[in-house]
Amino acid sequence: MYEEGRYLTPEPQTPNPETVPVQSVLELQETARLLRKHIILSTTAAGSGHPSSSFSCTEILCALYFGGILRYDPTNPTWPDRDRFILSKGHACPAQYAAMAVAGYFPEEELLTLRKLGSRLEGHPNLQRLPGIEASTGSLGQGLSLGLGMALAARLDGADWKTWVVLGDGELDEGQVWEAALAAAKYGVSNLIAIVDANTAQQTGYTKDVLDTEPKADKWRSFGWETHEVDGHDLEALLSVLKCAGSAEHRPQAIIARTLKGKGVSFVEREYGYHGKPLTEEETRRALEELGWK
Amino acid sequence: MEIGKTLGLKLGKATRVAFGETLRDLGGEDPALVVVDADLNNSTRTDIFAKAHPGRFFNVGIAESNMVGVAAGLASAGKRPWCASFATFVMSNAYDQLRMSVAFPRCNVKVVGSHSGISIGEDGPSQMGIEDVALACCLPGFLVVVPCDEVSTIRATRALHAHAGPAYLRTGRANAPVIYGEDTPWELGKATCLRSGTDLTLVANGLLLGAALEAAAILEQEGVSTRVLDLHTLKPLDTASLAAAARETGRIVVIEEHLAHGGLGSTVAMAVAASHPVPMRFVNLGDQFAESGTPGQLLEKYGMTYPAILRAARELL
Repeated sequence: MYEEGRYLTPEPQTPNPETVPVQSVLELQETARLLRKHIILSTTAAGSGHPSSSFSCTEILCALYFGGILRYDPTNPTWPDRDRFILSKGHACPAQYAAMAVAGYFPEEELLTLRKLGSRLEGHPNLQRLPGIEASTGSLGQGLSLGLGMALAARLDGADWKTWVVLGDGELDEGQVWEAALAAAKYGVSNLIAIVDANTAQQTGYTKDVLDTEPKADKWRSFGWETHEVDGHDLEALLSVLKCAGSAEHRPQAIIARTLKGKGVSFVEREYGYHGKPLTEEETRRALEELGWK
Repeated sequence: MEIGKTLGLKLGKATRVAFGETLRDLGGEDPALVVVDADLNNSTRTDIFAKAHPGRFFNVGIAESNMVGVAAGLASAGKRPWCASFATFVMSNAYDQLRMSVAFPRCNVKVVGSHSGISIGEDGPSQMGIEDVALACCLPGFLVVVPCDEVSTIRATRALHAHAGPAYLRTGRANAPVIYGEDTPWELGKATCLRSGTDLTLVANGLLLGAALEAAAILEQEGVSTRVLDLHTLKPLDTASLAAAARETGRIVVIEEHLAHGGLGSTVAMAVAASHPVPMRFVNLGDQFAESGTPGQLLEKYGMTYPAILRAARELL
């Protein structure tokens, strides 16, 4: 039996390494614009990939990696005290790759090798290939269980690092997510944070039509999670919620980030028909122009 | 019909019990050993570990997929987890998690499937692990081990814990005849020759090894010099011992408590075909589900006792 509080012996907080400067909201907005450019260019160069699923979580990743939320050191990806970040909706990895490149894990030019033979940037994240990836994902529904295992390991070690898991709203169709949600509440892992990128659409339609998982916040609360809802494209609002994450007592936390699939590019926004489709050359030009990139 | 009875083999502990006790002992030696179970701990016998090390035991409820994922997460963060359920539940219910969260990232997770085969008896086909070995063998990088008795289960559990990488250990419900002495060698990835012979080789593992030894004793009386190999490790496979058996005895019967497809028989046949093809026969469950009954009745009805092995052997002689 688990005994409440038995392994709660947190060590002093390790300061963020100086290699990752914390950005202001204005700087974060500019970084989000840069990440979207990378997402477009890398998926267009690959001729495949999931740009619209990447756009919806761009601000979430931007806030995590550059807003002083995630604790990491790109020069030391296996630093034991780092936070663990899991992109459970692995198909959105162009967004994570872009964030990792800008953070300094690897050169930004490497983003153009996305999905190409021999590249470390595979179509879905592969931890065996790319340092800084904590979980190989792509089969939906598995990331939260992995996160729970990591959170339990941190607690056994009395370590203070946190585990962050980004899930899609379509991904909530998977039963394993709810198995993990129940178990996380049982073990009261306050060091586990789930962020749902609720972008309203999945592969073949709107989530409300395919399989409605609303009311999401009520569901997570009833599963024993401290739950917040936030505009997932509002960096200021995101930061204020993310900064408090991990501080609930004996409870995991869920953040329902209300987002739009394809956010940032008018003709992709809200269009589920763009799932898993790169932009054409003409669309790429128009998209970059809309984002203010000449 | 009781396996091993004609030889007077002493009935020992079930392999699941020997596993649970070894896990408890290992837990005392390795503080990084953690265990995740899906509410079958008093059947898989991880409860023996849980009693000794409650802080490192996690019962995640009847949720095998999450069990495997949690174990993988623990492993990624430096723990050395074991997770256990009935063989058919962990392999069939959590296969995608074993593939994606464990095998693909080469996570150091040890998976145990108890209640393997049809010898679980009365609970019937829904509880019988009859496809688990095939599924485990299809997971890239997984080690796959099927011990036959309490002594070899202790060795197998210890060897797998010392191995840094994913592995599957198959255990059984029923008390198993003791085949290994304290001095019998057991090496991971190396078949154990339990009986030497030059006319025929019986390759078996798990509970049916006892039946193979019974058949070998009878064949010996009839003047057929019979070799018996305990092929406890399917991956990595001891191809050298199999090639030698094919070359030196010229006939092979493979015996397993599993479906015909993808298990020990297929694995051995592939190795023999690639080295020194010889006539072979296969004793297994075939392509069907079993039913409820006593373990002895079921093994007899579905052709996995020594008379069935004798019939298969005689086809080759």
